[in-house]
Amino acid sequence: MNSKEMTRPRRKQPPRVGDHPAFRRSLLAVVILITLLMVVAPLLVIGVQAFSLGIGYFGETIANSDTRHAILLTALTALIAVPINTVFGIAAAWAITKFDFPGRRFLLVVIEIPFSISPIVAGVSYLFVYGLQGLFGDMLQSADVKILFALPGIVLASLFVTAPFVARELIPLMQAQGRDLEEAATSLGASGWRTFFSVTLPNIKWAMLYGIVLCNARVMGEFGAVSVVSGNIRGQTNTLPLHIELLYHDYNTVGAFAAASILALLAVVTLIAKVALERRGAGRRPTLAAPAPQTEI
Amino acid sequence: MARRVLPGLPLSLGITLVYVCLIVALPLGALVFKAASLGPEAYWEIVSSDRALASYRVTVLCAFAATVFNLVFGFALAWVLVRYRFPGRRLIDALVDLPFALPTAVAGIALTTLFAQNGWFGAALAGVGIKVAYTPLGIIVAMAFTSLPFIVRTVQPVLEELDPALEEAAQSLGGSDGSIFVRVILPLLAPAILAGVSLSFARSLGEFGAIIFIAGNQPFETEITALLTFIRLEEYDYQAAAAIASVLLITAFVMLAVTNLLQARALRYTVKA
Repeated sequence: MNSKEMTRPRRKQPPRVGDHPAFRRSLLAVVILITLLMVVAPLLVIGVQAFSLGIGYFGETIANSDTRHAILLTALTALIAVPINTVFGIAAAWAITKFDFPGRRFLLVVIEIPFSISPIVAGVSYLFVYGLQGLFGDMLQSADVKILFALPGIVLASLFVTAPFVARELIPLMQAQGRDLEEAATSLGASGWRTFFSVTLPNIKWAMLYGIVLCNARVMGEFGAVSVVSGNIRGQTNTLPLHIELLYHDYNTVGAFAAASILALLAVVTLIAKVALERRGAGRRPTLAAPAPQTEI
Repeated sequence: MARRVLPGLPLSLGITLVYVCLIVALPLGALVFKAASLGPEAYWEIVSSDRALASYRVTVLCAFAATVFNLVFGFALAWVLVRYRFPGRRLIDALVDLPFALPTAVAGIALTTLFAQNGWFGAALAGVGIKVAYTPLGIIVAMAFTSLPFIVRTVQPVLEELDPALEEAAQSLGGSDGSIFVRVILPLLAPAILAGVSLSFARSLGEFGAIIFIAGNQPFETEITALLTFIRLEEYDYQAAAAIASVLLITAFVMLAVTNLLQARALRYTVKA
């Protein structure tokens, strides 16, 4: 992240603003203290609580059939939703960065919309499409197709909240890489697919993986949108985050933290993967979580 | 415009448009349609009911407080990460993103346990008479946690690119650290700070998972708008749910417009470097 300081010529520099030792030390102390309290303590309390009744109880909770089902359902949802949003991300990035068409900028904004919307609004919106009171409610009921309060509803809500993840990693990168390589490949006679797989994909693979890692973390952890559309049926439509809520409200705090520790572990693994991928150049943009507005090509 | 030589426009654009319509536009359209079908009077009655108004007040005030906290602390964090070298810097840099990686429900129960009467922080704070869990303070804590990375991550890259020569020039002209910070550094960072603030505020307005565990959820006192929507659903009052959700949707669009504007401005400053 800070390769800049390497390239800067080393010379004797006067102290910069904020470099006064006393100021520096006290600011550092305050910031590190607050970070420990605000970020490390929650992580720590999850671990402490999860094992507070011993490793045996922890094992029991994880092995409980409802918890196991919740883990499987969450994994299954991610297994469906992440590849779909990856394909969407690649298609959107290819269309937007390799071609000029009217409405490109508008499309960029539309792709980012799910990030700005409360997950609850996302869930409610899906209710009004596929629910009994929704647009297709009667149709679906007469055809006996169940979307809400079942796996398809959970997947759809997850698709909505994570739709931009891969696209927003690929679009700025492919924009910066331009079209020359692909144009050279096709003019030498490569097919479109060949061009994509042997020219484009090697250049975007780390950024794509970066998007996939973040997308996966969000799918597995999504709470608000899924809680509206899932119906919280224990052992059936309860994803892991919903199962944590259920255990917590059953006054099974230790059980809730045991289940939460799995997701906390996932979060830590996600952060490690993120740092590793950033070392390979992925994820470098003006802002991490923000829609990066595009400059003209 | 160059002649189009690359293949795949119909396929890639086709997938993109169909997907955006089905996954994003259709549900949001359905929500707007449902809210609009209420008619202006019924709609207004729901969205301006006392309980709804109280929920807007709680949500906006807490989001504002959380954003102010993150403005100060997020800025200090970005400053420390960019300007100072100390052991553990990379670890802290990585940990800044934890609130994005940690599922909100997990964050919710962890923060609640920390701040509960008998929790690590709650017990200590109870000694000085401060109650966080199940009060608006709890909402602010949850919002501040979930939106912490925004300001750090928007300010950090701009701070890294800041030209030391500007500070040196100001110093050679006799400026004190304080005045250089206020008159040279802050103005250069202002667009990035504003963009981060608007993202952080927008996220806090829509946050749900982390808050409902710690808030106590008392109507008029600690009930956020997202939760009121959820409660109306559980009461099978779909019209009210649609109307209140549409308020959140409109707010989100306004914030999106503001953020895009601010970011376009912020980018002008970063891209130059």
